[in-house]
Amino acid sequence: MARHVVAPAREIPPGGRKRVEVAGRAIVVFNLGGEFFALSDRCPHKGGTLSQGLLTGLLESSAPGTYCYTRRGEIIRCPWHSWEFDIRTGKSWCDPERVRARNYPVSVEPGARLVEGPYTAETFAVTVEDDYVVVEA
Amino acid sequence: MNIEVRQPLRARVERVKPAIVDCDVHPKATLEAMRPYLAKRWQDYLKTYGVRSRHGFAKGYPYPKGTPQAARRDAWPQGGGLPGSDLALMQAQHLDHYGITFGVMNPLSPSGQGEQNPEFSAALASAINDWQIAAMNARDPRLKASIVVPYEDGEAARAEIHKRAGNREFVQVFLLSRTAEALGRRRYWPIYEAAVAHDLPVGIHVFGYSGWAMTNSGWPSFYIEEMTEHATASQALVTSFIMEGVFERYPTLKIVLLESGFAWLPALGWRLDKLWTRMRDEVPHVKRPPSEYLHEHFWVSTQPMEEPEEPDHLMEVMGWIGFDRILFASDYPHWDFDDPFLALPPALSDQQRTAIYAGNAHALYRLV
Repeated sequence: MARHVVAPAREIPPGGRKRVEVAGRAIVVFNLGGEFFALSDRCPHKGGTLSQGLLTGLLESSAPGTYCYTRRGEIIRCPWHSWEFDIRTGKSWCDPERVRARNYPVSVEPGARLVEGPYTAETFAVTVEDDYVVVEA
Repeated sequence: MNIEVRQPLRARVERVKPAIVDCDVHPKATLEAMRPYLAKRWQDYLKTYGVRSRHGFAKGYPYPKGTPQAARRDAWPQGGGLPGSDLALMQAQHLDHYGITFGVMNPLSPSGQGEQNPEFSAALASAINDWQIAAMNARDPRLKASIVVPYEDGEAARAEIHKRAGNREFVQVFLLSRTAEALGRRRYWPIYEAAVAHDLPVGIHVFGYSGWAMTNSGWPSFYIEEMTEHATASQALVTSFIMEGVFERYPTLKIVLLESGFAWLPALGWRLDKLWTRMRDEVPHVKRPPSEYLHEHFWVSTQPMEEPEEPDHLMEVMGWIGFDRILFASDYPHWDFDDPFLALPPALSDQQRTAIYAGNAHALYRLV
């Protein structure tokens, strides 16, 4: 798998997301409080575009009448059928083993390292002063 | 909201695009957009009194829809307006993107259906019919219109069908599933009489404002129950059509069930047949096993298709209904939209797939 520089890190602030094209594949990159995650942008259920979905939390209940809302901002809901996916793993909540969005290793690298290669940044210039999101795909 | 029309992915580009007729497309008008097609009297009425559905709630839906406007979150036009209101977005995101050759428009609301004032109901239905032609069909003839009728008034509905049927851009008569009485009852027969007179199928789309709670034990608690209830409501209306003798009276009547699912149909047929053998003399006008009427007079649309764990079960259900009776439908732009390229079961033969995508709809709707 090649490593691709997909965006300056400041372009995806905490809570933000960005759809990128990497080697012909649509990928959505999330920034969760400074941690970055990358998923295939195509919903594994029926093909909706995950990056256009609602970013939400996980609602659970141990019994009727009680509820627990956790993991705020860590669940992406497909804009079509509202399937919920964990942005950390790509697994769906309802059928985690069979229906999962592919996830990709992602890191933030300082520009000073990237300008030395062997990275590819096709659409923008990399400068030594900035940090960049790098997706392995 | 960030709107981006999806780029075709590689796998899609390589595949030859099949001809697709989409039998359930929802264009969205507003009362403001319909105003030019209303007489001054009704424009004034609308301003003073507004619309009043047969439900007791004052505004909005009985159940929140899960997503705003029950729409795909990527279907909101960038320039404002509601999903389904912008023809250019509908073309780019749906018709052109998937190569839809024809789309049958099923306007849900506002459309006058279920409006309490019977004359206003008729005026609004007529206005939405004008709007379908002027705002959509005239600008993109792939989009065929439905004759929206004020169905609680059989005579007014009959008049609207006669008024529109000469225009072949109207391809069906359009009803909703939740009505004041079961749809087989005689008050609705003028609709069927006019439909068969013009050889138009009658499409019945789920939802509507009947004035009744949507289950026979009242109002359920959740939207997920409302979505499930469409299957039981549709069983009741299918049963009503058969048991009231509608098909004996109108032997060429064709009914299309839109968005009701269909896996419940075989079980309904079995149950009806079993009871008919024991109680046939209660309904002597039902001359044949009920499932025969079911097979002869009903078509179903694909979306939302049941998704059994075992894919073969879906194929068996489809086989019982008949591969010549199933019509492709996407439900664009609603949240439970089916992607035309992915929706149909892979196990279908090429012939079955072609029939469901387009052939059955061409034969039924006589599309030109």
